[in-house]
Amino acid sequence: MTTTTPQATPAVRAQRARRGLAAAPFLAPGVLFLIVFMAIPVGLLAFYTFFKRGRFGGLVFEFTLDNWAKLAEPLYVGVILQSIGLAFIVTVLALLLGYPMAYAIAGLSPKWRTVALIAVVLPFWTNFLIRTYAWILLLNNAGFVNQWLQAIGITDEPISMLYTPQAIVVGLLYMYLPLMVLPLYASLQQLDPSLREAATNLGASPWRAFRTVTLPLSLPGALTGCIFVFVPAMSNFVIPELIGGGKTVMVGNLVRDQFYEARDWPFGATLALVLTMLLVVVIVIQAAVSRRVTEGPRRG
Amino acid sequence: MAEATAPSTDRADESVSAMTDAAPAPVTSRPRRGRPRGILVPLWLGYVFLYLPILVVVVMSFNESRNLFVWTGFSLRWYPELFADGAMMQGLANTLIVATGATLIATVLGTLLAYGIHHYTRGGLIRAFAIAPAILPDLLLGIGLLTFFSLLSFTLGLHSVILAHGVFATAFVTAIVLARMANLDPSLEEASRDLGMGPAKTFLRVTLPQLAPGIVAGALLAFTLSLDEFVIAFFTTAPTQPTLPIVIYSMVRFGVTPEVNALATLLLLVSIVAVISAQRLTRLTGTSR
Repeated sequence: MTTTTPQATPAVRAQRARRGLAAAPFLAPGVLFLIVFMAIPVGLLAFYTFFKRGRFGGLVFEFTLDNWAKLAEPLYVGVILQSIGLAFIVTVLALLLGYPMAYAIAGLSPKWRTVALIAVVLPFWTNFLIRTYAWILLLNNAGFVNQWLQAIGITDEPISMLYTPQAIVVGLLYMYLPLMVLPLYASLQQLDPSLREAATNLGASPWRAFRTVTLPLSLPGALTGCIFVFVPAMSNFVIPELIGGGKTVMVGNLVRDQFYEARDWPFGATLALVLTMLLVVVIVIQAAVSRRVTEGPRRG
Repeated sequence: MAEATAPSTDRADESVSAMTDAAPAPVTSRPRRGRPRGILVPLWLGYVFLYLPILVVVVMSFNESRNLFVWTGFSLRWYPELFADGAMMQGLANTLIVATGATLIATVLGTLLAYGIHHYTRGGLIRAFAIAPAILPDLLLGIGLLTFFSLLSFTLGLHSVILAHGVFATAFVTAIVLARMANLDPSLEEASRDLGMGPAKTFLRVTLPQLAPGIVAGALLAFTLSLDEFVIAFFTTAPTQPTLPIVIYSMVRFGVTPEVNALATLLLLVSIVAVISAQRLTRLTGTSR
């Protein structure tokens, strides 16, 4: 089954053709659909990055590298770095908050584990914009956090919380925390408890057993969770706009503006592709690290 | 799921590993294998963080006042007002149309793809291609499709959102049906083929019924994701045909009325029912192992 000989005899070739023919009705519709509505549109964006903008959106067929050169301008470098920074902070916070949560859930009885997991996922299934809006209710100057802070006498004047970078971080963290907890839980739950027991039986303290056994073995789940949080956090433009008040611009906002306000589609396409390439690099690094983590100890 | 075979511990997989390790399950480590009681504190804190905003919205949906931040008294007035809001109801109708269309596309294409990938491909290329839209940033897909449609002078509207949502929804259905496929007993299909049924007949009569729970789960996921999707819809619809998330977005930008709270409460109720019934469904049919 798995052998692919370079020189195919006519019989093998005929068999392959028959297989191909049998596969076509299953594979062709979906593949064709995805070529037309995914591969071509994304390819088109790549193509657009080398042309000049049209006056009212669209483009002029005149080759240029300006769109790529423009990325080096301090303004755009700053936005890209700021996005990376914010997404990074969000990811670290999600890991710090999500790890203990996943760890606690993995230790529950099967029945409560299911309930606890549903409780983590449920907010994720409520509308994204409504969850964003909920934070406006909380963080506004007249909002509930300020009301509560004033009620318990921590502050007299309302503290401005909405429309700050910190608010963006809280909003993104809130949005993607479940995506950190789930893979972490999956890897912690698969973890063979006898390993930790062995460590404890051999005299390791609970903390040491955790640090030397549980933590390294849960790293792949942690890495997956980090990707799940970092990737959408990095390209989100709704939260920076609605909770950040548009003052803190992230790459996503810039892309949106290029398409709706500046009407510079080629540059917008360039930014979106750079964003995607950055995310691909992050994912490739994650895959490499997680391969080393999972394979390394077994070989050694 | 977890079978009731776990004797001394509360974890089914634990008992399995204890058996394979051929070591007597150590009942000695009683203090919960070094798990202190306080382990649940961060979990509860996490839930407070996750549910506080939702709770505030739900409570304020029963507020009498138009003021979003001040509780003046109990009232149900925002619920009828929500249903009387033309823009909101139109958005809801649009969203349901889009989600239905996208789910239909995705369920058919995704199921076929999963079957084809499982049976006829060896490398991971087509699999990766089919699942790529689930990983691709929505922003990229959104502006890519906008660019593509406008190049073809394709009029934007609900149909373009249906096609756009069909793309990522197909990826999710494919992934879920493939997972289900991997758990199927291949001997049934072989028996069917040995008995002289062609691939199409085998697919329809033997494979499809076995895949049904996976397909239903995939369709449910596709539908829910489409209901909630904002970014791609934002780029691929006409301004005159906003989906519900787009209506909410413009409300949040330009002025919120407490109707949004009522809407949020109802949507929350719908997702609770959906998540719980999906959970029941997978448990009944045993999709998750």
